[in-house]
Amino acid sequence: MSLMSEVGQKAFNLGVPIAVHIDVTYRCNERCVHCYLDHDDHGEMTTAEIKDVLDQLAEAGVFYLTFSGGEVFMRRDFFELLEYARRLMFNVKIKTNAVMIHEAEARRIRELDVDTIQISVYSHRPEVHDAITKLPHSLERTIKAIRFLREQGLRVTIANVLMTVNSSDHLGVQKLAAELDVHYTLDPTITPMMDGDTSVLALRIPGEELAEVFRNPALVASQEEFCAPPKPPSAEDLEGYSCSAGHSFCYISPYGDVFPCVQFPLPTGNIRQQKFLDIWNFSPEMKEVRSIQAKDLTVCSSCSHVTTCTRCPGLAYVEGSMRGPSTADCEKSFYRTGVPTANMLRQGLSKPRTTAHLIQIRPIAVPA
Amino acid sequence: MPENCIYIARSSAIAARALAGEMMVMNSADSTFFTLNEVATTIFQAADGHTPLREIVRDKICGQFDVDPVQAQADAEQFVTELSSHGILLVSSQPLSSETNREAPR
Repeated sequence: MSLMSEVGQKAFNLGVPIAVHIDVTYRCNERCVHCYLDHDDHGEMTTAEIKDVLDQLAEAGVFYLTFSGGEVFMRRDFFELLEYARRLMFNVKIKTNAVMIHEAEARRIRELDVDTIQISVYSHRPEVHDAITKLPHSLERTIKAIRFLREQGLRVTIANVLMTVNSSDHLGVQKLAAELDVHYTLDPTITPMMDGDTSVLALRIPGEELAEVFRNPALVASQEEFCAPPKPPSAEDLEGYSCSAGHSFCYISPYGDVFPCVQFPLPTGNIRQQKFLDIWNFSPEMKEVRSIQAKDLTVCSSCSHVTTCTRCPGLAYVEGSMRGPSTADCEKSFYRTGVPTANMLRQGLSKPRTTAHLIQIRPIAVPA
Repeated sequence: MPENCIYIARSSAIAARALAGEMMVMNSADSTFFTLNEVATTIFQAADGHTPLREIVRDKICGQFDVDPVQAQADAEQFVTELSSHGILLVSSQPLSSETNREAPR
């Protein structure tokens, strides 16, 4: 185990929120077809409010801080917030589409010693990328920004969300990343919109194509290991927890709502009404998330994939129960290994169901 | 340089946070990641750029930990040399400007 993993495990065991993702705005200059956000501003936190949040996060022990959105550069005070965060000595990562990053912005990001800039690229072909973002010339501008960032010696990661409309382009994006000398990650996860609208789920790539991705040597280092059938879980495995959500990680929305994770829309409190640590330590919802062990999962505890599945408790929650299965992850486990999941078997399915009934999510209502 | 003239300051390029009494430190430029034990954390937090290392060792280390002063000074100098080689600490024979020296990490 690496030193960083050891520290992460220590934070998990101690219940310290070592990593926080904060969306500073939901406004965006792109209108991506798969985006789950409402881009209107319903009263996002002010500069002073976010600075206060950052003070509280430093006090709570947060080390890794991700600034995201929306598009972070839609906020005119973003560099002020970034500078403040670096003064508090957070390790900062920025998620952006980079369209608004020019030479001066890249230099400022370098001066502030940002750790990583993660940039969304959907295709190496402008006609595909720009059709997804609905912003003309967005790929051209994004690539130009990546070059500015690299000229400053900054670490850049291209995040490639895979969906039906760009499913054949991931190798092209991977090649583009190599040409630009940046890291590459691929993610086939499409999440329902915040208002419960599931129409975007039609963009999820079909399972058969997932299977091809999982067996692509350019993407998977050890296919034999990655696609191996799951081993039966031990008693110790069943005492384990799903992921770091609510244990050592959480998410804060532009309106101050605190959630266990970006993909886990269970409101646990609002930072405009309570101190962050009071929410983190005492919220009944956060405590409930924290209490769930593999043995408590209603269907998955009896599934052969329970120790290797990427089951997302947030997506499971959106499907109706944080202790239930996440259909999208059942699908990944099945197409990765060829072994049916307990969720499929109980429904008598030979293939995973690709759409699930989803509950509607609303942000916490904050009194004016 | 004479040991009584060493001044140390935390680099502004790093990220740092205390976790259960130990300091996590990361230099994003080369992705080096350290955890500092309690004694090293005390030195790191006292690295304000204008307190001589000898004074830090005398007041913060020998005053709080049961250590031999000579050994403590030698260990501190070795620690400072190692962290400065990774750009975590800045070392000078003159007091360092406050610009390089942010508030002590929590």
